[in-house]
Amino acid sequence: MSDKAPSRSKKSQKNIDSIPHSAELGIEFVCRDDTSATLKIPYKKELIGNPLTGTVHGGVVLSLIDSTCGRAVFIALKTPETIATLDLRVDYFKPAKPEQDLYCVAECYKLTRTVVFMRAVVYQDDIDDPIASSVSTFMRTSVQ
Amino acid sequence: MPEQTETIDFSTLFSTARQTGNYDAVNELIPYAHFLGIRLDHDEDGTPLFVLPFDKKNIGNTHLPAIHGGVIAGFLENAAVMHLLYAMESSTMPKPINCNIDYLRSGRPIDTYAKCEVTKQGRRIANVSITAWQDNPDKLIASARYHFKVTPEG
Repeated sequence: MSDKAPSRSKKSQKNIDSIPHSAELGIEFVCRDDTSATLKIPYKKELIGNPLTGTVHGGVVLSLIDSTCGRAVFIALKTPETIATLDLRVDYFKPAKPEQDLYCVAECYKLTRTVVFMRAVVYQDDIDDPIASSVSTFMRTSVQ
Repeated sequence: MPEQTETIDFSTLFSTARQTGNYDAVNELIPYAHFLGIRLDHDEDGTPLFVLPFDKKNIGNTHLPAIHGGVIAGFLENAAVMHLLYAMESSTMPKPINCNIDYLRSGRPIDTYAKCEVTKQGRRIANVSITAWQDNPDKLIASARYHFKVTPEG
């Protein structure tokens, strides 16, 4: 496992960078295991949503959730498939702190023939004190 | 630059935009909205209409190709925030509490539009519905419901 980790990590980063908007946001691969993926968005002034506080936009949090869930869906599927986000629910617990990176960990909690059910948590310095939590569903478009 | 903008008067900024029809200052207000290329406009009735011009950097699927789901979600959330400020439903930046986003069709590589409806305006909470479409307003590509914490005028 440890031998495979560096090359797997490079491959995951390459997959992320091949998505134009993920590359534009500067999304970085952090780690994965057999069921979950963790990605991060480094803080950038362009991503601010509240000019008074310097807090990143909720849309950035949504993009990170969608991207991390997408990555974790591929872990759950084992073999590559085409997927599409069906819906996404997010609860915002508190604003993100300015000047700090955002992390998201996502995992599949149910996989059916047509739908992948995902949950995700967004945090900054403490995963037990998250800034947002999400559930989403993805459609497996190549399986009818 | 947060430290330089601590005195932004949202009410004045948006009422000036509404009266003059010049939305430049409003469009520059939120860095992330500027990053995506979002513009505030209005339709024939004067209802705020939001435009997300197509930009290659917003692509999330290069095979289809399709706009990134996060961009569409960010566009919808930003439309709701700006709509609440424009309609003077809040004198401070509305803070999202939660959202439900339905993706109905893939976002093709063309311009996207969005409109909002304030379903319920309470003293502290606003419920906003947002719809997005591309070349055909009858074929929505996404719809969302949001709850925001707001600070009413006065």
